[in-house]
Amino acid sequence: MMGAQEKKVMAEIDPKVLSHVTVVNNVWKVDAQDLYYRELNTLLRALDRNGAEKVELHSVFGQRYIGTDLKTNLNIDIFGTPGNDLAAFMNGPRITVHGNTQDCIANTMNEGKIVVHGRAGDIAGYGMRGGKVFIRDDIGARAGIHMKEYMDKKPYLVVGGTSMDFLGEYMAGGVLMVLGLNLKEGEKHRARFVGTGMHAGVIYVRGDVTHMGKEVKMVDVDKGDSIVIEGLVREFCGYFKADFDKVMSKKFMKIVPYSSRPYGRIYAY
Amino acid sequence: MKSYLPSEFIVERDEDKCIRCKVCVNQCTYETHSYDEQDDVMRSKDENCVNCQRCVTMCPTHALSIKKNPGPFRDNANWTSEIIKDIKKQAETGGVLLTGMGADKPYLTYWERLLVNASQVTNPSIDPLREPMEIRTYLGAKPDALEMDLEDGDIELKTKLAPQLTLETPIMFSAMSYGAISLNVHESLARAATKAGTYFNTGEGGLDSRLYKYGEHAIVQVASGRFGVHSNYLNAGAAIEIKIGQGAKPGIGGHLPGEKVTDDIARTRMIPIGTDALSPAPQHDIYSIEDLRQLIYALKEATDYTKPVSVKIAAVHNSAAIASGMVRAGADIIALDGVRGSTGAAPKVIRDNVGIPIELAIASVDQRLRDEGIRNKASIVAAGGFRSSGDVLKAIALGADAVYIATAALVALGCTVCQKCYTGKCPWGIATSDPWISKRINPDIGAERLVNLLRGWSMEIKDMMGGMGVNAIESLRGNRLHLRGVNMTDTELKILGVKMAGE
Repeated sequence: MMGAQEKKVMAEIDPKVLSHVTVVNNVWKVDAQDLYYRELNTLLRALDRNGAEKVELHSVFGQRYIGTDLKTNLNIDIFGTPGNDLAAFMNGPRITVHGNTQDCIANTMNEGKIVVHGRAGDIAGYGMRGGKVFIRDDIGARAGIHMKEYMDKKPYLVVGGTSMDFLGEYMAGGVLMVLGLNLKEGEKHRARFVGTGMHAGVIYVRGDVTHMGKEVKMVDVDKGDSIVIEGLVREFCGYFKADFDKVMSKKFMKIVPYSSRPYGRIYAY
Repeated sequence: MKSYLPSEFIVERDEDKCIRCKVCVNQCTYETHSYDEQDDVMRSKDENCVNCQRCVTMCPTHALSIKKNPGPFRDNANWTSEIIKDIKKQAETGGVLLTGMGADKPYLTYWERLLVNASQVTNPSIDPLREPMEIRTYLGAKPDALEMDLEDGDIELKTKLAPQLTLETPIMFSAMSYGAISLNVHESLARAATKAGTYFNTGEGGLDSRLYKYGEHAIVQVASGRFGVHSNYLNAGAAIEIKIGQGAKPGIGGHLPGEKVTDDIARTRMIPIGTDALSPAPQHDIYSIEDLRQLIYALKEATDYTKPVSVKIAAVHNSAAIASGMVRAGADIIALDGVRGSTGAAPKVIRDNVGIPIELAIASVDQRLRDEGIRNKASIVAAGGFRSSGDVLKAIALGADAVYIATAALVALGCTVCQKCYTGKCPWGIATSDPWISKRINPDIGAERLVNLLRGWSMEIKDMMGGMGVNAIESLRGNRLHLRGVNMTDTELKILGVKMAGE
């Protein structure tokens, strides 16, 4: 039996795309195989507009921009590998990826949540300004570049594994956390130039960092930091079935900028 | 350290005219003037004066004038006073020399060497006062062909047209970011664009929520810092512009110093108050034409393909090849900013040495896109030091669809091109985020002055078009036969695609 809402959405969808869609218990299941990203995203927009609540995308093979221009509290489960710019400019939905993601995940994301059961490519969270991203494994270069915050609007990017170079480059706000759960005993995070150009926000690292940018320093966490760290770790452990106590048993350090004006003195006025 | 820098200007006060009203004291944001109560005398610190003419203009008795300091240095064609002063300043600070506005040297401007045609005898000129003159311009991708159905004399267009910007005059206000300029200037530009049927560009600092109502006439910019970029912002504008580069500072990013990041600007840019607003030199998601395509389509996805996407680059050595790639990447508008392009702050050495003149860039990009048969896929908007309707008309004849003006718009608002925008103390209330100084721009008056400027230039364009016997701007676009060159080499004429005067 098809509900009124389903009929309404079905009417808006291209017949070619419609054959990829089934609805089971109010869950919209989409076979993304052979669907071009524009077809897939047009479909998601139609679902978003019409108040669908749960979507499952199966056989996703590199389709870009999934989650872009979606504004509601849609829940999207992705099976396969979504393409670049997953959740670019996203403004609300919650995405769970059962697999790895590619580059530019959460590009300039404003609101919402992404949980990745795998790894993420380069420049994750570029210019991100709100919402939360949890990556179970490693992350590529320039993660969290130019993340920013204003008052209570604050982005969070949590990485279970380790990161490549230029972590938190030009960071202008928000919270970046790297847990290094896959590092061996005594092994350091290999990222170099961590926090280069950083001028606001904070990076929490569990374990040692090899090399930092000249604009930042590493300091001990204080009580306020511990509350933030515990909250994020608890949420992380909830998503990925990790052992909270084990994660918390290792020391966390905090990387913060020396100055909110790192390049204030390079000019002759 | 004692400064060896001499004053650039000398303030002269006619004591007979001065009535000690202290207007100059209040108007000067550089603290040049002061009143000595004990001796009842006005004093001036020449070394603080930037010659912005604010006090001169506001003095009710015309008692003030500013003279250039003839200078203590001996005349020298190589070691000019400017060069000597620059070196001394760097020796005292160890810093990068900052400047504001566009290049102030005679940087091979071609506009003066390009001359416009007029009809005589063999082809009648048109009187724009009595005959319709079409200068409306559409910006955006045009289809390769139009398919239509003809039924009972009714034409139904079957081809789906790409989104377009409609300009009632081929002149738009170029990108100037909130933070570099004040809210009142942004509002003046927004209201003038709305009234005149054209567009203003927000620049990369976002759009204050109070100005979203002018969004239909806004081009919202997305640059490497992604300041104030979110879906409401993208959807508020009529078009989106990706800023890759800027004529005044090709290849480098921008630094808005923390002291300019006040509460309003922090909220709009979405960064903490008082932090530097740093735009990295590259956009780190764009390292290639393919990556540019990715961002263009991310923005199109974010706005459901309802808005044209512009890509702005500084005019540089390989602009033509780059522009070809940009069109193929899906840009609907190519914005080119020449070497004389202006800025709120740039290292002087970059402003004065990097990039190429806009005239050559327009001609070579237009020609390249034509040669490749893709000129219709994108509009060309030229920027970088347009000073008059003559420059605009010549740019269109060279191949531009429209132009961006910024300095001319600010001059209309009061700017005197003193080149000190980077101090944030603009006595005219333009290049500042100080709420007290900003009040010097009244958006009612500002918008009126801008609309007047556009009206004047538009009438002049129509006049010149009429003289050529052209009644639609489409017939002028890229019509280089209407131009002739003087004082140019064969190579220059070839690149501009114009004949020598007399030919």
